[in-house]
Amino acid sequence: MTTTLSYPRPWQRYFTFNTDHKVIGIQYLVTTFVFFLIGGVLAMLIRAELITPDLNLVDRPLYNGLFTLHGTIMIFLWIIPALAGLANYLVPLMIGAQDMAFPRLNALAFWLIPPAGILLMASFLLPSGTAQAGWWSYPPVSLQNPSGFWVNGQFIWLISLILLGLSSIMGGVNFVTTIVKLRAPGMGYFRLPVFVWTVLSAQLLQLFCLPSLTGGAILLLFDLAVGTGFFVPERGGNPVLYEHMFWFYSHPAVYVMVLPVFGIFSEILPAFARKPLFGYKAVALSAFGISIVSTMVWVHHMFASGTPGWMRSLFMFSTVLVAVPTGVKVFAWTATVWRGRLHLKTPMLFALGAIVNFLIGGITGVMLGLVPFDIHVNNTYFVVGHFHYVVFNTITMGIFAGIYYWFPKITGRQYVEGWGQLHFWLTFGAANLTFFPMLGLGLQGMVRRVSSYPPQFLTGNVVSSVGAFLLGVSTLPFVVNIIGSWLAGQPAKANPWHATGLEWSVPSPPPEENFEEIPTVTGGPYGYGSSR
Amino acid sequence: MTRVLKILQLAGFMALLVGLSYGLGQLAYGWLPPQASAAAPAVDRLFSLVVTLGSLIFFGLTGVILYSAWLNRVKVDDWQDGPPITGNPKLETLWTVTPILLVLGLAVYSNQIYHQMGLLGDMPMVNLTPPAYADTPPAEPVTIQVKARQWTWQFTYPDAQVTSDVLHLPVDRPVRLELRSQDVLHGFFVPEFRLKQDIIPGRTISLHFVPTRPGRYTLYDSQFSGTYFALMQAQVQVESADAYQQWLTQPPDTASENAAYAEHRQQQQHTLTSHWPTVEPAP
Repeated sequence: MTTTLSYPRPWQRYFTFNTDHKVIGIQYLVTTFVFFLIGGVLAMLIRAELITPDLNLVDRPLYNGLFTLHGTIMIFLWIIPALAGLANYLVPLMIGAQDMAFPRLNALAFWLIPPAGILLMASFLLPSGTAQAGWWSYPPVSLQNPSGFWVNGQFIWLISLILLGLSSIMGGVNFVTTIVKLRAPGMGYFRLPVFVWTVLSAQLLQLFCLPSLTGGAILLLFDLAVGTGFFVPERGGNPVLYEHMFWFYSHPAVYVMVLPVFGIFSEILPAFARKPLFGYKAVALSAFGISIVSTMVWVHHMFASGTPGWMRSLFMFSTVLVAVPTGVKVFAWTATVWRGRLHLKTPMLFALGAIVNFLIGGITGVMLGLVPFDIHVNNTYFVVGHFHYVVFNTITMGIFAGIYYWFPKITGRQYVEGWGQLHFWLTFGAANLTFFPMLGLGLQGMVRRVSSYPPQFLTGNVVSSVGAFLLGVSTLPFVVNIIGSWLAGQPAKANPWHATGLEWSVPSPPPEENFEEIPTVTGGPYGYGSSR
Repeated sequence: MTRVLKILQLAGFMALLVGLSYGLGQLAYGWLPPQASAAAPAVDRLFSLVVTLGSLIFFGLTGVILYSAWLNRVKVDDWQDGPPITGNPKLETLWTVTPILLVLGLAVYSNQIYHQMGLLGDMPMVNLTPPAYADTPPAEPVTIQVKARQWTWQFTYPDAQVTSDVLHLPVDRPVRLELRSQDVLHGFFVPEFRLKQDIIPGRTISLHFVPTRPGRYTLYDSQFSGTYFALMQAQVQVESADAYQQWLTQPPDTASENAAYAEHRQQQQHTLTSHWPTVEPAP
């Protein structure tokens, strides 16, 4: 007997060149989560080395390889593509479209990621070892190639980065086109959920800035592989030029990463506070504000480089201004939960926890924008602490919030709430234990990227390392919960959170064509409390 | 009556908030290393100020979020909607304009400190303007050439024709370092001076400051420079004018060990040894 399903769903399709945005979304999320675990293991090796001042676990080239690949993997193979995956799954559903604008381009963009990631990991096996110059790969140190081999770790790193850059550019074109062109009838810009606004502003930013990094990586590859001298002083090049090309993208990259997470908060908070998002238009527009300002701040990473004084002052002013549209969002979220009717479910816990952490990330960010203070803490653990408060404590926790929130929609199953809450409290505690001591270490003068350090920095490092191991443990309840619930969880209703938004109007999981009939939109996105 | 109680509650919260933030701002001085340059006190005052302001924002907003999370929870299955408050233009204007003024104020204040520090960035070598904080007629700056290479520091005193592995500096006298690198990017960083400057191969970058506190400090390489980056340190000795002059006439101390070279020759064993090739350290 054959069962007739309305849509066939063999699991094998996840391993094919499938063009359904929902399949691609899951492909992105699962693949990138595997890289998150790999990057996490590398981080724990780093923290294991740093639990004592002397070098004893790994040798120095390997240590340098570990932090280089940790950073590269977490940014380019976890956060950016994981958020592309979530957006891939959600944007067409949220705007009332049947798929992304260019389904085959979408699949191609995804399928560039596994080879790039495997290539990067394979460089551990090369005689030269992996790239060892940090995720910035500043020349000339990144061009030194002591192995003498033409194919070396740095070479592989650059190829991998260029592939990932291409993937992101393809994704950017697709997202922007989809949001501009495929909105359902009645879905005006000011009826779009904030998540869609943030994806749009992040992807426009990506399209504007990413070519600079890709270009820089190609020139660096020429310098490394065929002996040109774009960034080599003795061949008439300028290493500072690379720094500009790198940060012109890599600072805005932080906003490419954090904006969709702000979007996730803006979906979750209203649903679990049972109130409309406070100041919707201001929150939506502030995403664009952040995008625009953030294209003019990159030199704040180079305050201690060979940067003229006027440039330091100019970029200090532009940098601190980012705090304004960001502040608008934070105040709006706070006002959204104020006098709400709160449900502290796992997604809400992760969102609120991430917002509290983001306050620390944001405040330390403004501090770093101030030239005299930055000059003291630049390239110290203060920056590492600040950065991880943003990329882990805000963005990664925000991605977890999003995964829990849309898990019933994506899988048609409910996750186990108790395990989710355990995951939250472990993560929140461990993350603060890991990253808060780094701020103090940096103030005291501990330089980042060192494989051994003076004994006076011992205490902070021990606390941070213990936190990091705990953070590793904290992912276990998540993995168990997600795998177990996906296979055997309670079936989920179409709208388990009684939330607004088109994605909740279709069954869980959504049918292949998303909507039986393209809906017509008649109101704004957060109608909590009004008749809806 | 409840209104009065509410106002009292709010006033209590604000008082606690201000007290806590002010206290943290004062404690913040203790989170930094000792101040050993003329620029350091101003940097630390700026840090204390931003810790105070940052604490106000952090504890204020966290307080409101926790208060809501604690008091406004509802039963698990009660999915009734809350009040349909969609915004408040006055409030939104307030929390847009206030941060603009706040951060611009901070940037203006920082800019003043920055100019006082006399750290004018990567200016051409002709720039000999003494830092503005020198109240006494500026003494002739001591010029020292700093040479960075993988992974050692070398200091040359051209007037006295002395070369050393330890950076000796006379206290309370302006210093002008001429920073050069022989190979890759490096960074000059002495935490007690609150100073940092990248060193770029092919260029000479000058760095001005006034050491103010006699003592022994560590110079770190602050821009990643490859395999033995962590070992690229040097001692900094700030001493009285007499002691400094005396040192200049004595045979310089070149005894300090070259840590990278020594480690490289030893071939240490580790739990995980990669045997990946490395650039050879300079002897």
